[in-house]
Amino acid sequence: MPVENPRLLTKNYDTPNSWTLAAYEASGGYQALRKAIAMGPAAIREEVKAANLRGRGGAGFAAGVKWSFLKTSPDKPNYIAVNADEGEPGTIKDRTLMEKDPHRCVEGFIIAAYALDVHTVFVYIRGELVLAIKRIEQAVREARAKGYLGDKVIDQDFKLDIVVHAGAGAYICGEETSLLNSLEGLRGEPRLKPPFPAVVGAFGAPTIVNNLETLATVPTIIELGGDAFSKLSRLHHLRDGGVRLYGISGHVNRPGVYEAPVGITLRELIDDLGGGVRKGHTLKAVIPGGSSTPVLREQDVVHAPDEKHPLHAWHGKSHLDVPMGVDTMRGLGTMLGTCCAIVMDETTSMVRVAENLMMFYAHESCGQCTPCREGCAWMARLCQQVRRRHGHAGRPRHARRRRQQHHGQHHLRARRRRGDAHAGDPEAVS
Amino acid sequence: MAFELTPERLAIFEELLPKYPTKQALTIPLLHICQEQAGHISDEVIEYVAKKLSLSTADVKGVVTFYTLFQQKPVGRNVVWVCRTLSCELMGARDITRALEEKLDCHVGETTKDGEFTLLEAECLAACGGGPMIQLNDEYFENLTPEKLDAILDAARKKKDGGCAVTFSPVGIRARKEH
Repeated sequence: MPVENPRLLTKNYDTPNSWTLAAYEASGGYQALRKAIAMGPAAIREEVKAANLRGRGGAGFAAGVKWSFLKTSPDKPNYIAVNADEGEPGTIKDRTLMEKDPHRCVEGFIIAAYALDVHTVFVYIRGELVLAIKRIEQAVREARAKGYLGDKVIDQDFKLDIVVHAGAGAYICGEETSLLNSLEGLRGEPRLKPPFPAVVGAFGAPTIVNNLETLATVPTIIELGGDAFSKLSRLHHLRDGGVRLYGISGHVNRPGVYEAPVGITLRELIDDLGGGVRKGHTLKAVIPGGSSTPVLREQDVVHAPDEKHPLHAWHGKSHLDVPMGVDTMRGLGTMLGTCCAIVMDETTSMVRVAENLMMFYAHESCGQCTPCREGCAWMARLCQQVRRRHGHAGRPRHARRRRQQHHGQHHLRARRRRGDAHAGDPEAVS
Repeated sequence: MAFELTPERLAIFEELLPKYPTKQALTIPLLHICQEQAGHISDEVIEYVAKKLSLSTADVKGVVTFYTLFQQKPVGRNVVWVCRTLSCELMGARDITRALEEKLDCHVGETTKDGEFTLLEAECLAACGGGPMIQLNDEYFENLTPEKLDAILDAARKKKDGGCAVTFSPVGIRARKEH
């Protein structure tokens, strides 16, 4: 079965000057906003819930449910913080939305703000993406001039401003609480949760943090209706709805960004959308959704003989033939992540891949917690030693002990050996 | 000599100020604007930003050292970032780095003798589909081969606008120019 290509989110990608207001309006832009305002905030929230829209940023949390957590208080404003700090290795989708269809993003922000009674939207865009920042800023300016933003949004009694905030190059700021710290002018170190941002977020006020693509999908949901949107997905029955952007990079013939329904398989992504592994080579491994997601291989098969297992329908099939959904990928022991796959052929050294990614994490560790700050650099060094064949039989044990030290376990075990039965027991008072 | 923003740049700051609930939130935007003017974030710039936002210099310095885009030492007129992360490396980023080191006659992390280029390695720049790629100031160049680099570097050498303001800034004056 060839992959459907609905072209809803990417409708305007090939239009000349697709980033201008004129081009967006010519293709029916901002009609969803008018429809949404006629529906009213509660109805918009219901449609988004019915759409089974899962967050597109990696965690895959249901957006409609997240919106319902917003805890408004009379003395504080509500905020929306848009996460456009795209930096997960392999992930290339949000940049194309911002560069090629910024008005779709802006329309999504306005509808979401109207639904959640928000009067300020902060768009946190990665500082490196200068063109994307320019395009979104220009879109905001055009929308304000046309009356879609400002004191009276389309002559309604609703005030809204969108603030474009450029980051300064830190991977960790894609994590929602780090993003909020960074927005407040602090170092981008994560906060402890709870309280969750929906209760105490930006500037101490309730804040909904959504990925950019999640919000850019909202106009399409309003246009089609939540249920119809959800049914575009192949995993509608798993409450994972709609269409989304897929990215593919590495050793394929046609790397890039493609739109397809939720729930296509990795094989379809690689062969049908990505044009297959480059000529004369065979597939070795795939990282399914950004570098934090564990690697999948073609030769591994699903083992789920139990009928109650969520993956039972795919029992005995290759991992690449399981549909890509939030819950199915979790069932495989990996994650859906951002749906942007990195494909590696048989020429790739997996040790070097691990080293490369550990160097990334060592560089991008924010330094707040010891296991990551010290551990990532250790792991990078270990990978390098293995690659240079300086590893010896003691290395794995060495690595394990370092890991235990970082987690405090090594020390605890020594204490237990000395007869301290309560070592590591959080209930015990030492 | 104490650092001061030009009136034109100060106006951008004044325009941003009322949009945020706190002054501290302006730290990153103001540092970007200052870096566009000064080329890098010196101690004078840190003092200026701290004074402008009623913060301690330690607060500002903490932010400067946390983020990759803030240059803590002077850089060349053009900054070349080569993406070294996985997708680009699979497609040959190491050849690009090697070729750049050869063409510019300097190592990663260094500035050329004529002060034209600073060569740096970047972590994933969100252009994995077009790897290998470089970011030259505020522009992306994708699907590179070592042969394509000469033309790109020559064009950058010939571009003479802006002086040290070539250090790109996402919120400075250059970002506001029409495109």
